[in-house]
Amino acid sequence: MANHNSHLDTFVLMSLFPLSVIHQVRPVAAADYFFGNGRLLAWIAARCIDIVPLDRSGKTKREDLFNNCHESLDQSQILIVFPEGSRGRPEQLSRLRRGIHYLVKDREETPVIPVRMHGLGHALPKGEALFVPFNCDVVVGDKIRKASDSADFLKSISESFNDLSKYLVTKTQS
Amino acid sequence: MKIGEFIEVPTNTFYTMGLVVGVLVVSTVVRRLLQAKNPSKDYTELRLRIQSWWWMIAIFFTVLIVSRKLAIILFALLSFLALKEFLSIVPTRLSDRRAIFWAYVAIPIQYYYVAYDWYGMFIIFIPIYFFLFLPMRMALIGETRGFINSAGVIHWATMLTVFCISHLAYLLVLPVKNPDAGFAGSVLFLVIITQMNDVCQYVWGKSLGKLKIVPKVSPNKTWAGFVGGVLSVALAAWFLAPWLTPLSNQQGLLAGFLIGISGFIWDIVISSIKRDLEIKDTGQLIPGHGGILDRMDSLTYTSPLFSISYTTPATRSESSVEDLVFPFGGKAHRFDPARIKLTWKKQAS
Repeated sequence: MANHNSHLDTFVLMSLFPLSVIHQVRPVAAADYFFGNGRLLAWIAARCIDIVPLDRSGKTKREDLFNNCHESLDQSQILIVFPEGSRGRPEQLSRLRRGIHYLVKDREETPVIPVRMHGLGHALPKGEALFVPFNCDVVVGDKIRKASDSADFLKSISESFNDLSKYLVTKTQS
Repeated sequence: MKIGEFIEVPTNTFYTMGLVVGVLVVSTVVRRLLQAKNPSKDYTELRLRIQSWWWMIAIFFTVLIVSRKLAIILFALLSFLALKEFLSIVPTRLSDRRAIFWAYVAIPIQYYYVAYDWYGMFIIFIPIYFFLFLPMRMALIGETRGFINSAGVIHWATMLTVFCISHLAYLLVLPVKNPDAGFAGSVLFLVIITQMNDVCQYVWGKSLGKLKIVPKVSPNKTWAGFVGGVLSVALAAWFLAPWLTPLSNQQGLLAGFLIGISGFIWDIVISSIKRDLEIKDTGQLIPGHGGILDRMDSLTYTSPLFSISYTTPATRSESSVEDLVFPFGGKAHRFDPARIKLTWKKQAS
């Protein structure tokens, strides 16, 4: 589970896993964006990155929303989740969404590991096509304790993000 | 010295490389002995440091042995990594992305001038053309808040990491005046003396340093460390210069002083930068050493000064001590890039 500012986030996170398990690592991604913007993007998302599509439109019933995710977790795959829901403004944390809470609240054995990234929003921010090299920080935290209440859970996530921010080396100004 | 069928390394360069590898072997052995003697003590930092040295030396020497062009490409890569690191730790605005992109574009252009030995463009491209181009690109982007700060940061970063480091590569394309050392000799000389300077200043400062030079910037820098370091390095340069470069003993001595003093200056400059940013290392690229800027360190300052003062004697057939060009030197007016180019052409024909 990580903060999200750039398309590169997914690749950076996947690159941290050893090659032998990389096929088990799947990012949860917006179905409307990746499957609704041309066939090439859909092909890359489905075939190369193997995303777990998530319906953001609200048409799917709440209890069915995470079916794909549960299925994947049941096969002990590793999911990459961006609880901000969108890349948002470069290098700024957006409001966290509650989905992550509902996804894991009944899954005792599934750990939620926070990852704080910084710098990629400068390298390739939302809405830009020109890639500019920058160093980036990836700070991996301790797993987050589950809570019965979604607000509590989101609070501990954002506390953990703030805590991990102290270890960032790279700096940007917005 | 012939290695195999195709590769030939000039004798002095070969033995110098052997010596450096020898020093590494000794330090590895000493580290192991220390570890065996006090198993409870943690030597991880030292182990990582030496291990990284092995890698760096292996890459550096292999490239120098294989070819001049490859070595120039390696230095271009170092410039790239250093620039990336610099612009990642110093805050820049999001709107600076497209200006920074051009700073990266400047790297291959600058190293093209190096590889084709186009001295005039090499020496003015970044200080003049890039310097004037950058604010124009930034003005066209249109973000005026923080403009001066960003223009300063980006150009300063490019000067330090691209312009300065490329002088190291430029030493490779100077005509070979000392056939026993070959094209790699002067680069080896500069790198060895610079690294030795770091070590000497540290050791001298540790053993009898008390009086601090700039306590606000770097509490570890003492007068004893500085003077002791510069003197030992100058002595080493006096010995090494005729062996690895076309310089005479006296010229080597002067070069040693130049490297010692400018290396020290860079140390306090980078300390000030790090203090300003409140960081210890500039990155984590090299285990045990920190970032690429931490390792390149004083080379950033010593390369351009050494390279500029060295270019004249290296390109002339007869040279004297006065030919070392210092900004305050009596015969500085002799330094004429156009003439260097001509001399060179003449020699080539």
